[in-house]
Amino acid sequence: MRARTAPRSARHTSPRGGPALAGLAVLGVLATSLTGCGGEENEDTTLTVFAAASLQDTFTEIADEFEAEHADVDVRLNFDGSSGLAEQIQGGAPADVFASADTQTMDTLVADDLVESPEPFATNTLEIAVPPDNPAGIATFADLAGPDVRLVICAPEVPCGHATAQVASDAGVTLAPVSEEQSVTDVLGKVTTGEADAGLVYVTDVTAAGEDVQGIPFEESKDVVNTYPIAPVTDSEHGDLAAEFVTMVRSDAGRQVLTEAGFGTP
Amino acid sequence: MTGLDLVARIPERDVDLTLGVPAGRTLALLGPNGAGKSTALAVAAGLLRSPACRVGVGGRRLDDVPTHHRGVAMLSQDPLLFPHLSVLDNVAFAPRAQGVRRSAARAAAWRWLDEVGVSGLAQRRPGALSGGQSQRVAIARALAAEPEVLLLDEPMAALDVSVTPALRQLLRRVLAERTVLLVTHDALDAVLLADRVAVIEHGRVVEEGPTQQVLERPRSRFAARIAGLNLITGRWHGGALEGHGLRVQGVTDGLALAEGSPAVAVFAPSAVSVFGNDPGGSPRNAWPVVVTDLEPREDRVRVRADTRLGEESLAADVTPAAVADLGLEPGVRVRFAVKATEVTVHPAGPDPEPPASR
Amino acid sequence: MSISLPRWLLLPAGLAAAYLLLPLVAMVLRVDWPGFLGLVTSPSARDALWLSLRTGAVSTLVCVLLGVPLATVLARTRFPGQGLLRSLVLLPLVIPPVVGGIALLYTFGRRGLLGGTLEALGVEVAFSTVAVVMAQVFVAMPFLVVSTEGALRTAGERYEVVAATLGASPSTVFRRVTLPTVLPGLLSGTVLAFARSLGEFGATITFAGSLQGTTATLPIQIYLERVDDPDAAVALSLVLVLVAVLVIGLTWQNPVARRRRAPA
Repeated sequence: MRARTAPRSARHTSPRGGPALAGLAVLGVLATSLTGCGGEENEDTTLTVFAAASLQDTFTEIADEFEAEHADVDVRLNFDGSSGLAEQIQGGAPADVFASADTQTMDTLVADDLVESPEPFATNTLEIAVPPDNPAGIATFADLAGPDVRLVICAPEVPCGHATAQVASDAGVTLAPVSEEQSVTDVLGKVTTGEADAGLVYVTDVTAAGEDVQGIPFEESKDVVNTYPIAPVTDSEHGDLAAEFVTMVRSDAGRQVLTEAGFGTP
Repeated sequence: MTGLDLVARIPERDVDLTLGVPAGRTLALLGPNGAGKSTALAVAAGLLRSPACRVGVGGRRLDDVPTHHRGVAMLSQDPLLFPHLSVLDNVAFAPRAQGVRRSAARAAAWRWLDEVGVSGLAQRRPGALSGGQSQRVAIARALAAEPEVLLLDEPMAALDVSVTPALRQLLRRVLAERTVLLVTHDALDAVLLADRVAVIEHGRVVEEGPTQQVLERPRSRFAARIAGLNLITGRWHGGALEGHGLRVQGVTDGLALAEGSPAVAVFAPSAVSVFGNDPGGSPRNAWPVVVTDLEPREDRVRVRADTRLGEESLAADVTPAAVADLGLEPGVRVRFAVKATEVTVHPAGPDPEPPASR
Repeated sequence: MSISLPRWLLLPAGLAAAYLLLPLVAMVLRVDWPGFLGLVTSPSARDALWLSLRTGAVSTLVCVLLGVPLATVLARTRFPGQGLLRSLVLLPLVIPPVVGGIALLYTFGRRGLLGGTLEALGVEVAFSTVAVVMAQVFVAMPFLVVSTEGALRTAGERYEVVAATLGASPSTVFRRVTLPTVLPGLLSGTVLAFARSLGEFGATITFAGSLQGTTATLPIQIYLERVDDPDAAVALSLVLVLVAVLVIGLTWQNPVARRRRAPA
């Protein structure tokens, strides 16, 4: 019985693998339509903005204002690490605007012709974050190298880690962190839970964290300024709207929102 | 000296049994499924505890003694040999568990394997044994524990009929002089292995007495159904059993019987034919008897009769028509005949009756 | 002998297999083969692999030492609240590991439930290799408990009862009868626990942090490299997959081999 059916079925499916692949594609379409990620059904125009995670609060506010000014436009925001977003755009994700937390990431997209003429719109610098009671008594950048300080920083592989390494080398301080995290959020988490005595994050992160952490500015941070560029995506179907959004971010109103969150002006 | 004293009183299961086994004797528990036989064993082994239960072995109270300190080994129909141990290590398990050194435990295991006739299988894994071989090893393993009391739970129920006679003889040999509580369905097990029989129905002992008496003249319904067997005890002489003035031919299940050795012949009443006078063709097993009573049961009539010497009572099942044809009634002289192929002859102990005093 | 299956079953079955295998194929295709050796033998990669193997081994040992007794208690006793306990013990199987990490943080962290006690004892868990092991044990233990408890229930108590009537004390029964009879289930549970420990990421990153050679295990290193050096990430992923395949291969062989050995 078995010996007879097996080869026959093998002839049906396996030699080319075509039907199986087609089936997988069907599966993908099915998943998309079921989860509602596919096409938009309403008549509003949707503008999709990919923005670095540190822009979550500010861009949400700016998008609200943009929607208020454009009654028929729906702004959809996608926040993630800049490099992750860049990967998604390289993979064909339907973005109209991309705002990155560093110029390197943006440059890779420029090199691939995926975005058009990026413009800087904000800057950010590092700041020391400590738990509200500052258990290790941190006051200066050099204090971070103290022997009993449990310091958490970004891993050198990620942008905030680049900046940290640069600041430390410029200041001639050797940091001995207990952990090198994947993102600023992870660093901040270790500080807010009190696991770490200090962390190096961006000024805006300290502002956003509110009372959970105390920020300690330090002179050496001025030398390493992180610039945030923004650009419309080349393949955008709503190029005009995308350009308008970029303009709005760089307008006085936009600047004001960013400044309140701790960002600097480029 | 007492062997095993047991009060198994489990109200939740509606079981209330009081049983006693004298030291060195075997008590068979007969009864239908669910009657409470296995419950009695579980209580004796300490696997089932209840405040109202009492267990004593050799005068020692075991109510609060955990199973492994009771000296009560159990053998069930499933040999349950530890699959990860060789046959030898299975048998050496009990001595090892009791703190005997490995070499001494293995030496003991060899002896017991020899005793049950499977020392050639010592290095095998249990998975490579037949059912009969496994049960022999299980017997050796139980004996190697040197238990004070052996609990047997239908030890032959799962075996092929071709191996049961030999295993039954093995049990007869190794159980002699041991204190044993034997649960069985098979009247023959009781006949050959037990000194006394207790019949259990619905959690109560409904009948208890010497094996032969209970099986020949059962008073309880269950015993009557499975028993009511004709048992003739005697000695093996010249290829037949002789006893009580009768000579009985039968089959011996391939077991050798020594000349002059004690034996018991067993046959069912349904195998007995009743004749008014000498039957033609003269079957070898034909004995003149006097009818003592008639007992109708379902579509048959059980005819009880005494042999001429009045020493042995036999039973035959006949149709009501035959009763009329032969004019059977108490006092009538007839002949009971049974084919030799319907009779099994088994080796028996030297003294089938329990001693009058102990 | 075998029953014949409805033929239509083969299409979804094939789809399922393809869906699970295709991403692996895609990853293999993406590997930068000329640079592979260099990528997987870089100091950070070697540190990560070695740390993963070490912590995985220790976690697995802890899982066995604590999980087998737990499985035995769950399988062999009855007490009020047992069903609830069993469900809770299995919880790490279904909650996101990150949640597990947060829970561990609130238990053993500096300001956690036991943090003060631990600190008074001079034990600092956070950011140490011990924390990595703790995170792994938390997520891997249920695998061991489930498979061992299942094996115990399947095996039943009959052999243990026999052993007790033969005079074996409870400890002897556990050591010489219970453990050997559930050994196959225990082994596959152990291998699963090891595999789960190797792959553990969420609870580790939340609870233990990430530092080369101390807490940066292979999955964490992969996640880090993904941003900076995708080639290295893919190469390390392949290493992890190979280790996992090896581990699963060992477990999968087991039941098949056992079935073949079993007498018909």
